[in-house]
Amino acid sequence: MIRAVDIKKSFDDVEVLKGISTVFEKGKTNLIIGRSGAGKTVFLKLLVSLMSPTDGDIWYDDVNITTLNKRELIDLRKDIGMLFQGSALFDSMTVEENIRFPLDMFTKKTKKEKQDRVDEMIEVVNLEGSNNKYPGEISGGMQKRVGIARSIVLNPKYLFCDEPNSGLDPKTSLVIDELIQKITRENKITTIINTHDMNSVMEIGEKINLLHQGRLAWVGNKDEVLESDNELLQNFIFASPFLQRLRKRAMNNK
Amino acid sequence: MILTFFYHLGRFVNLLKLMIARPENGGMYWKETMRQMNDIGIGSLIIVCMIALFIGAVSAVQIAYQLGGQIVPMYYTGYIVRDMTIIEMAPTLTCLVLAGKVGSNIAAEIGGMRQKEQIDALEIMGVNTAAYLVFPKIIAALFVVPLLVAIAAFVAIIGGYLAVVPTGMITESEYVFGLRSFFVPYNITIMFVKAVVFGVILTSIPAYQGYFVGGGSMELGQANMNAVVYSNITILFFDFIITLMMT
Repeated sequence: MIRAVDIKKSFDDVEVLKGISTVFEKGKTNLIIGRSGAGKTVFLKLLVSLMSPTDGDIWYDDVNITTLNKRELIDLRKDIGMLFQGSALFDSMTVEENIRFPLDMFTKKTKKEKQDRVDEMIEVVNLEGSNNKYPGEISGGMQKRVGIARSIVLNPKYLFCDEPNSGLDPKTSLVIDELIQKITRENKITTIINTHDMNSVMEIGEKINLLHQGRLAWVGNKDEVLESDNELLQNFIFASPFLQRLRKRAMNNK
Repeated sequence: MILTFFYHLGRFVNLLKLMIARPENGGMYWKETMRQMNDIGIGSLIIVCMIALFIGAVSAVQIAYQLGGQIVPMYYTGYIVRDMTIIEMAPTLTCLVLAGKVGSNIAAEIGGMRQKEQIDALEIMGVNTAAYLVFPKIIAALFVVPLLVAIAAFVAIIGGYLAVVPTGMITESEYVFGLRSFFVPYNITIMFVKAVVFGVILTSIPAYQGYFVGGGSMELGQANMNAVVYSNITILFFDFIITLMMT
């Protein structure tokens, strides 16, 4: 479980986050959604300690990460996996080498043990046959899957995903979403996804946090989205007239 | 301007300080150092040899022409080419060329990694990125640049020979006699001290420029340019300081 308590973040005179408190639950896909400029990426970077908050605390279970020194943070990060928006794969390494990198760097496993783990990960993300391809030789969706495999290869307790569906078609997005949800449930990981993909919200949003202008505007799950009368939420989720008509129809049919 | 200079100097020193840490995995650092040695050394060998060959050739022809055999004996050509190459041409010119070739490559590589969030990915994994990305490059340069400089000195002397002996400007025995005359072994020390210092400069400054790059391709281009320009200026500045201190 990760708990954010009254998180504030300012850049010079601009206050980007204005006191956010929320809980990200273990074994669930927790979503952070919001319009561009709402502060989602900054919030995610604070949660993974790539930035420090101006004020407030972030608790990983019973550890307040805002008080940790660099060495303690490095130790904690071994429990964190992260999927980046652009996958952030190492261009000079093959699919297999990318996935094996954390194992090479942080474990003392034998060559065979590492290879077995890599093969297992490749199977989990359905990338059999792509072991020796370079990131530039595979599609965006496959790159995301390699990114997922690399981020979970060390069995992290916390998984962060920054816009996992950006640049992907709806079908591939669904595959990625299902994969993340499956991994989260099977491994009892605390997963936090930063997204503005509405399909993801409605498919895997077990806990949804809507940010608006640096504040938490709504918290709920995918089932509560339709019925909520929160105007900010409705304007965000059902932004187009087409979606608004669909929602109206769905509500009338209830 | 002065404030900006000290801001960058402070951040540069901080980056170097961050490198001093126990490696997460010595084997991975060793592998990366070997890769860098290959990139910097083998990857630059041909260009370094070509430049050294021509520098030696032009120097020899110019010196032979200037001496003209009137007052100063012609064998001085070999002597001047040798000392000029060892003390100045080989370390300084080789490292200026390397600052362009290797420096821009390092700035682009690390800068690209920053922009594609690969450095963030390493940080999240718990890797000390300053140590993993910068330290192996500096260590590799510490060993490889002096080797390249020594090769450049040798090739430049050969270049001088090829330019003035077969063309008949001076005789082979004159050139070789010049090469053997007035040799001061201490000059070799000066050459290697320069090579080591320049090696650190031409890897650390570009690494700094790449590590802190922001934005997009414009910023990356700017960082590349800064890497080469600042490395060159710093190399020339330290060339002056070392020459002043050691001669």
